[in-house]
Amino acid sequence: MTPRTLYQKIVDQHTVRPLGKDGQILLYIDRQVLNEYTSPQAFAALHAAQRGVWRASSSLAVVDHVNPTTPERNARTMVIADADRSRQVHTLAENCQRHGIALFDMLDDRQGIEHVVASEQGLVLPGMVIAAGDSHTTSHGAMGALGFGIGSSEIEHLLATQTLVYTVMKNMRVQVTGQLGAGLTAKDLVLALIRQIGADGATGYVIEYTGEAIAAMGVEGRLTLCNMSVEAAARGAIVAPDDTLFHYLQGRAFAPKGEHWDTAVTAWRQLHSDPEALFEREVTIDASAIAPMVTWGTSPDQGDAIGAAVPDPAHEADATRRRSMVRALDYMGLQPGQALEGLPISHAFIGSCTNSRLDDLRDAARVLRGRRVAQGVRAMVVPGSTSVRQQAEAEGIAQVFIEAGFEWRQAGCSMCVAMNDDHLNPGDRCASSTNRNFEGRQGAGARTHLMSPAMVAAAAVSGVLTDVRRLLPN
Amino acid sequence: MEAFHSLTGIAAALPQAHVDTDQIMPKQFLRGIDRQGLSQGFLFDMRFEAPGKPRPDFVLNRAPWQQAALLITGPNFGCGSSREHAVWGLRELGLRCVIGSSFGGIFSDNCARNGVPAIVLPSQDVDRLLALATDPERCVMTVDLQAQTITTPGDGKVLSFEFDPLRKHMLLNGLDAVGLTLQYADDIRRFEQGYLKQRPWLAV
Repeated sequence: MTPRTLYQKIVDQHTVRPLGKDGQILLYIDRQVLNEYTSPQAFAALHAAQRGVWRASSSLAVVDHVNPTTPERNARTMVIADADRSRQVHTLAENCQRHGIALFDMLDDRQGIEHVVASEQGLVLPGMVIAAGDSHTTSHGAMGALGFGIGSSEIEHLLATQTLVYTVMKNMRVQVTGQLGAGLTAKDLVLALIRQIGADGATGYVIEYTGEAIAAMGVEGRLTLCNMSVEAAARGAIVAPDDTLFHYLQGRAFAPKGEHWDTAVTAWRQLHSDPEALFEREVTIDASAIAPMVTWGTSPDQGDAIGAAVPDPAHEADATRRRSMVRALDYMGLQPGQALEGLPISHAFIGSCTNSRLDDLRDAARVLRGRRVAQGVRAMVVPGSTSVRQQAEAEGIAQVFIEAGFEWRQAGCSMCVAMNDDHLNPGDRCASSTNRNFEGRQGAGARTHLMSPAMVAAAAVSGVLTDVRRLLPN
Repeated sequence: MEAFHSLTGIAAALPQAHVDTDQIMPKQFLRGIDRQGLSQGFLFDMRFEAPGKPRPDFVLNRAPWQQAALLITGPNFGCGSSREHAVWGLRELGLRCVIGSSFGGIFSDNCARNGVPAIVLPSQDVDRLLALATDPERCVMTVDLQAQTITTPGDGKVLSFEFDPLRKHMLLNGLDAVGLTLQYADDIRRFEQGYLKQRPWLAV
């Protein structure tokens, strides 16, 4: 048999039938996760065509994008002052009720960002294919699954048929040699990778991550890595399942139990690329050479090590890239040659599906312990899920954030996408653990610098972009 | 879905790289539960200084490109968020076709589901089309999906493009993808039974 990559094996296991002779297939989808702003149009189309939902039990719905994250949500009220957002949340609830779909609403203790919730509940298992109306669905590759984002029309297709018309992608292997240094995280690795291959570097590919640094990385780090792979245009990113993953999954709410667990693990151990499998593209990156990363521009590939200076567009040979740089520096209010370290910030934000899990909060808390947020900086932390929030409170991490002067918020997407009330104002400069530094992403005219949660914490207490390694105990 | 056969119209140039869907359809336009009323939001911050106050120098606010039906884009147009609102807005504004050297994958899929071919060309061809689209005298082009050609009377050239055959068939005939897939309902049911039987841990 022809050697196959893990991606090809997962696709083969989910192929209902080929469609024509040109590489497209009908792909069976194990699970979909629905949210309040991309699913209503899908349900409306389904209802207009008088079609039903193929397998309601394969769907989970979560409120995450538009809900408030204010402490008042503790008052156990579903009231959202904004009428439009309230309608989105209530429409989701109505659609779920009509079709018998499980919903973690705003007040559910399992509520949170869909990509955080799905893995922590054990809803995503190795070998699965997951699609959802959110681009960061690539996160689930950390679970040894294929995950990818889709639009609302595809959600409709998936709800009605449990399948998607799918174009098979090419294979890219990213081999991460060496180990990340102290104070370095998966976020630094993925920002370095995106810088290396570009924001469109993985167009048409699914990435498989391998190598020493990946083997040593925890599942939450792998979730960060696979999550942000979409910022290099990958249509999926996978880490082969291993004992680290099985240990993470065992005992989670929806993970298999008892003898089913053993059967499953035996099957999951077969999920790896064959040694001779062909990857159309190979990329190598040395983890030990990476320094803490920050972005200076408005595309995730416009980043550099914290010790670097803002680049000079005049030195860029490619005209399109040069224009992008000029525009980005203008938007970001930066000058060529300016040092990144020492750049004053007005805001610090820890949250998002990229970096809002317990390990992320622990990393940040390690920096914050015994320190205070610098004067003039507004700092907030938005846990990825209510469950993360509760665990952080039980561990005493919440107290560290609060004592340092961070706002300790309720779970949601919050100021990563700024679709609720959490947003920046024009000219605000934010050290952010999120995934997109796009123009206007955190609010019209707002300036976002992407970095790891530990780097955000370092910037928050210093008031300026700072190399976190200076603040860590030796 | 509205069918797409061929289109002759004014092409507008937007050469900037990595125009993401947050720029194409900003968050303040994501408040609905339907697909309507999104033309106003399309490229909002590029088109408007403030609501109701267009930026006079932006291409889609200038003659003849106010009537543009095609958009020639820089690389990786439509990257980022999966929001299909970006395509609904583009379509509602009167744009029927996008041409560039690469597109965000989800955006490109969303285009195909809304009667908008997203055509990928080598960057030197895109550069030529961008130059033509910038010239008010030469910015009219014809895209023929059946023949897979783009004709540019401005320089008297015809170029061919590649296009996914299944996607082409769907666009040419304006087909309902769900209806088409449901023809295979028995195949799906059979597959699903076998798939779940082999994975007893999923059935619990």
